[in-house]
Amino acid sequence: MLSIKNLQARIGEKEILKGINLEVNAGEVHAIMGPNGSGKSTLASVLAGREDYEVTCGEVEFNGKNILELDPSDRAAEGIFLAFQYPVEIPGVSTINFMKTAVNKIRQYRGQSPLDAVAFLQLMKEKMKLVEIDQSLLSRSLNEGFSGGEKKRNEIFQMAMLEPKLSILDETDSGLDIDALKIVANGVNSLRSKNNATIVVTHYQRLLDYIVPDFVHVLYKGKIVKSGTKELAKELEAKGYDWIKNEAALV
Amino acid sequence: MSKDNQVLEEFTSKEYEHGWNVNLEADEAPKGLSEDTVRFISAKKNEPAWLLEWRLKAYRQWEKMTEPMWANVHHPQINYQDIIYYSAPKQKKSISGLDEVDPELIKTFEKLGISITEQKRLTGVAVDAVIDSVSVATTFKETLGELGIIFCSFSEAVKEHPELIKKYLGSVVPMNDNYFAALNSAVFSDGSFCYIPKGVRCPMELSTYFRINAANTGQFERTLIIADEGSYVSYLEGCTAPMRDENQLHAAVVELYAMKDAEIKYSTVQNWYPGDKNGKGGIYNFVTKRGLCFGDHSKISWTQVETGSAITWKYPSCVLKGDYSMGEFYSVAVTNNYQQADTGTKMIHIGKNTKSRIVSKGISAGKSQNSYRGQVHIMKRASNARNFSQCDSLLMGDQCGAHTFPYIDVENQTARIEHEATTSKIGEDQIFYCLQRGIDEEAAVALIVNGYAKEVLNQLPMEFAVEAQKLLALTLEGSVG
Repeated sequence: MLSIKNLQARIGEKEILKGINLEVNAGEVHAIMGPNGSGKSTLASVLAGREDYEVTCGEVEFNGKNILELDPSDRAAEGIFLAFQYPVEIPGVSTINFMKTAVNKIRQYRGQSPLDAVAFLQLMKEKMKLVEIDQSLLSRSLNEGFSGGEKKRNEIFQMAMLEPKLSILDETDSGLDIDALKIVANGVNSLRSKNNATIVVTHYQRLLDYIVPDFVHVLYKGKIVKSGTKELAKELEAKGYDWIKNEAALV
Repeated sequence: MSKDNQVLEEFTSKEYEHGWNVNLEADEAPKGLSEDTVRFISAKKNEPAWLLEWRLKAYRQWEKMTEPMWANVHHPQINYQDIIYYSAPKQKKSISGLDEVDPELIKTFEKLGISITEQKRLTGVAVDAVIDSVSVATTFKETLGELGIIFCSFSEAVKEHPELIKKYLGSVVPMNDNYFAALNSAVFSDGSFCYIPKGVRCPMELSTYFRINAANTGQFERTLIIADEGSYVSYLEGCTAPMRDENQLHAAVVELYAMKDAEIKYSTVQNWYPGDKNGKGGIYNFVTKRGLCFGDHSKISWTQVETGSAITWKYPSCVLKGDYSMGEFYSVAVTNNYQQADTGTKMIHIGKNTKSRIVSKGISAGKSQNSYRGQVHIMKRASNARNFSQCDSLLMGDQCGAHTFPYIDVENQTARIEHEATTSKIGEDQIFYCLQRGIDEEAAVALIVNGYAKEVLNQLPMEFAVEAQKLLALTLEGSVG
């Protein structure tokens, strides 16, 4: 599904990604872990197409398409979803209105007719149940005055609505208490299928107790320095990142 | 009032002091402004002597006044002697089909969702009058007539209802109120008149669109709306379709008069030609709009969406004379490219327990300058007056300007005044968030801007609001990134 080859990217003069290689197949969950400043969030942003980052080398193929040539909105329409670490506020625009625009723009890209009000409402009701979100929250201005937990749950709701092929969760666990974390993880798990894939970017192993990954990769100084199964995450939890740093220094 | 009447009487009984030598057969007045021009206009319109004298008095006052320079706008000196102040309403050149119209204009119409018939009307394509607006307008007039509502052109009102015009013309905006009001009073071409009788609730939105008999009155328009005791009217002015006009200077006057328990809601969408991308051309729009809440418990509400004109100078105001009267001002002003807007409101609290509310949303893009200028004045007698003002500015790009000039004068200690102001920028973050959800940049800007202006757009009648939303997006097209 996703094939990243020797991806290098920088912001201004600063090199951040220094040659990432990663293969993600349908049905898989990959966790990207690593200490602060290792480039985890940059990788998520580059895949989504954020303009601040300049890709200097490498290829990213998504279902056979070179997505580096696509605008961010086209990447989204192709089925890439990014759950933001810091979801922004858009005053005066309700989540419902926002999602209606998004769903229909994506349908338009795919050559489908727009959903009418009834069909949209039905879809919304169904997805609301899935992520245990209240309609009153969705009628409010997007993310405005939302608690940390509400913002993240709203991200997962949007993910459910857009039914992406590849979901990238950028530090979705940050700022969540354990109850909110469970709800968010349940939402993600119930959306898992053999047809879609998930990349979970996280600093802590905690989230991976609830969203169990098939593969774990450790990112350090812009490179994947170690890959393994979920056991690797446990090892990191026990030994800390210094162990990886030392190992990387030896290479 | 009695003094005014006396003056009026003096004028009406007087003989003309000046003869004139202008050719009355001409379709146009000669360039320039003089007493003769004023006489020419009045004669062309077959006006009664008292109205001519009123115009002349305004002209003489105007002569002594100087153009105000305090607004935060810059433009070359206007040569008032280089303007033609009257030209006969011309039949627009009729064309046979839309394929003869500038395709750019058609594109704009389509984006605004304006119907084909409407497109034809706006571009001057000959339309079968029976199926189009004439029949609508006729049924319209019948319904209004049954309720005793008068809704006609200003000229018609001068002929049919002189007693109302005599009594109320200049009662809210005196002829010497300001430079542009005086100019308008001297040379106004035509406009709308509306009277709602006691206790009548006007059952439909009154729109200039339906008043088809007044052609080409844009330049010096005059509107007078009177709501008698306990009546209600909602009035719509303007059109979301781009309006092109060869006259560069526009100076309109609008007067609203609300008696006891009456309510007037006045909504405007202004989309005059703003000039091109380099700031060439465009309308100078100097408008005086004021409402008088004369009676107790009366209410006047202004809502405006301003997207056009090269220069906008406009402060729809409320004079809250009646006790418990209420004034509201809701505004969205958008400037792009080299447009300049200096707009806001005045809330003058005279009566006891009067209330006012101001919600102003400025949006600046390109190299434009957008200023909010507002005054809240609580007079000595106005015990327990209350005002709430919210002035927000939204910036797009880093070459535009947003300014806020609030003036607050309080002469009564029981007043309660709240003022809130914010300035924000459409963030790259907001745009990227939308893009990541599959919403392209144009749609993203539209979404964000409409969200920002929602509180004001909500005040507009439903159909108008939908068009106004599209208009905002269209005005700002291509201004991000």
